[in-house]
Amino acid sequence: MEDDILPSDTAVEDAPVGGTSGDESDRRRIKELWVSGTEEPAWVTASTDEGAQEMLPREQELAAELHAQEGTSVLDDRLYEEDVIADETNIINMGPQHPSTHGVLRLQLELEGEIVRRAKPVIGYLHTGMEKTAETLTYLQGGTNVTRMDYLAPLHNELCFSLATERLLEVELPPRAMAIRILMTELNRISSHLVWAATQGMDIGALSMMIYGLRERELILAFFEKVTGLRMNHNYIRPGGVAADLPDGWEEDVVRILEVIPQGMEEYKDLLTGQPIFLERTQGVGVITADEAMAYGLGGPMLRASGVAWDLRKSEPYSGIENYEFDVPIGEHGDVYDRYMVRMAEIHESVKIVRQVLETMPDGDYRTGDLKVTPPPRARIDESMEALIHHFKIFTEGFKVPLGEVYQAIESPRGELGHYLVADGTAKPWRLHVRAPSFVNIQTLPVMMADQLLADAVATIASTDPVMGDCDR
Amino acid sequence: MSVDPPVAPKPGHPILDVLVDGFDYDMSMGEHVVRLDADQMVGFVGEAKSVGFESCMELTVVDYYRRRPVRYELVLVLLSRKHNLRLRIMVPVDEEKPIVPSLTELYPGTGFFEREVFDMFGISFEGNPDMTRILMPDDWVGHPLRKDFSVGSVPVQFRDAHKVT
Repeated sequence: MEDDILPSDTAVEDAPVGGTSGDESDRRRIKELWVSGTEEPAWVTASTDEGAQEMLPREQELAAELHAQEGTSVLDDRLYEEDVIADETNIINMGPQHPSTHGVLRLQLELEGEIVRRAKPVIGYLHTGMEKTAETLTYLQGGTNVTRMDYLAPLHNELCFSLATERLLEVELPPRAMAIRILMTELNRISSHLVWAATQGMDIGALSMMIYGLRERELILAFFEKVTGLRMNHNYIRPGGVAADLPDGWEEDVVRILEVIPQGMEEYKDLLTGQPIFLERTQGVGVITADEAMAYGLGGPMLRASGVAWDLRKSEPYSGIENYEFDVPIGEHGDVYDRYMVRMAEIHESVKIVRQVLETMPDGDYRTGDLKVTPPPRARIDESMEALIHHFKIFTEGFKVPLGEVYQAIESPRGELGHYLVADGTAKPWRLHVRAPSFVNIQTLPVMMADQLLADAVATIASTDPVMGDCDR
Repeated sequence: MSVDPPVAPKPGHPILDVLVDGFDYDMSMGEHVVRLDADQMVGFVGEAKSVGFESCMELTVVDYYRRRPVRYELVLVLLSRKHNLRLRIMVPVDEEKPIVPSLTELYPGTGFFEREVFDMFGISFEGNPDMTRILMPDDWVGHPLRKDFSVGSVPVQFRDAHKVT
């Protein structure tokens, strides 16, 4: 049987045992012969080069770092009294290539049996330097860059960037542009939450939920494609308004979405809410208290599930969202189940907002009349040389944004999305910092994971709804 | 269950007036901005936390290379949910001594942001227990978001292109 595994020219009895040879070909043979329980060859015990972020044994870590890894920086809620004995724990690695880490999130976990005692998230595997790229793109091109960060909520990224730019430019928008923005971002919130529901279900074994969630999301993405031309990475919301008006017959599509989504929600309710297995896997799992959530700067559904009524759409309204009626659902316990309930209720609230936008969509222009940021209409370019020059200048040089800096925050599906934009008077930003909600949410994983089962760690990761593109940028 | 959170920030909030008394404070684009020196930072932020700023939402650095006498500027955004108030704190950081006290004791959530700043700008935070790179690889040389770190470029060679002589 071993002859089948090994190369044909390799004699099994010739293979050195115990890692005495450093030869590469020998090493391969050892690898295939060595089984656990026998003496470990040198290559097994050699350093695996974890880098500076490696989780160290307890006695080598600083006290503050140990608190961070145990999630006791704010509230000491350790379940065990006596010290963990180093001999009885294992430090293991989970990810970055792991099906339930939603991309390339890597975790180092200290396990005692099957209980997670410490956790340390390691990120950066999807870092592409988008903040540096933003400094080389004009404000008009900036949207194409930021929309690729949080790929489940691209329109929120575009909206935040556009709002920040417009505040620096002091541009006023016509009511239709603002209403279109709300329509699109709230639909995007629904589609993002549907992907979350799908993956949350999948991660704890409710595989049919994945199909259901993605099925309804498809309807919204098809609408996005009709409006913006793309399913993702739209670059639709731009400084000064939106790229194009809504297409003819958009009302029917939205009406259809508003019919299908609530029906789908009923199905998810049957599938998950109240199901004993689902409750068992989610209630009391991954708890974060309100104090901890606020100390870590969480926002969005993560914070609301802990019982804090805080929604930027209410407290710092943007783009005319204050004109629509909706409620802010909050949870109580801050566990996975409450986060599930809050997000599900948020889909209902977003449906409410979209229905109001549909009923009250104002007429008018879909972008500002400010010629500084708005290119001339296509028809004018054929008639007027000035319009052609103007069009050319806007798209090659861009428009200059006056000196200043703003911090603009909006309510993304994952929490507070903030853009800190510094303008230096030229057509390109001097600096753009993105306060990414996933980046902040992932930092709280140790708080939620410590002292619970490894299997629940997977449910916990899913409940933070991490998007690694948003986190690493 | 649903509850309406508090609405609309007010300029000239009484909490803020006491807090920023004696500091360089102004309103900029509708935001409350305080400019501090690096040695005042921890004291001021601790004071802010005690009057109700329970979260630090944002921490980053801007590199004003060759634009300002003091090269870096640290930017913090504190948030008080109770008063619905946001406060931006700007602290200049000298290029010669790029070390700032850490805020992880006050706000554990700043740990990742401080590591990001260290990674991108090479500014260390004294007291952060895990001052390592976070986004770039561990063996990376340099700090990419500094303005004197070139984005680099790949030369495009038109090998068989028609040559204009």
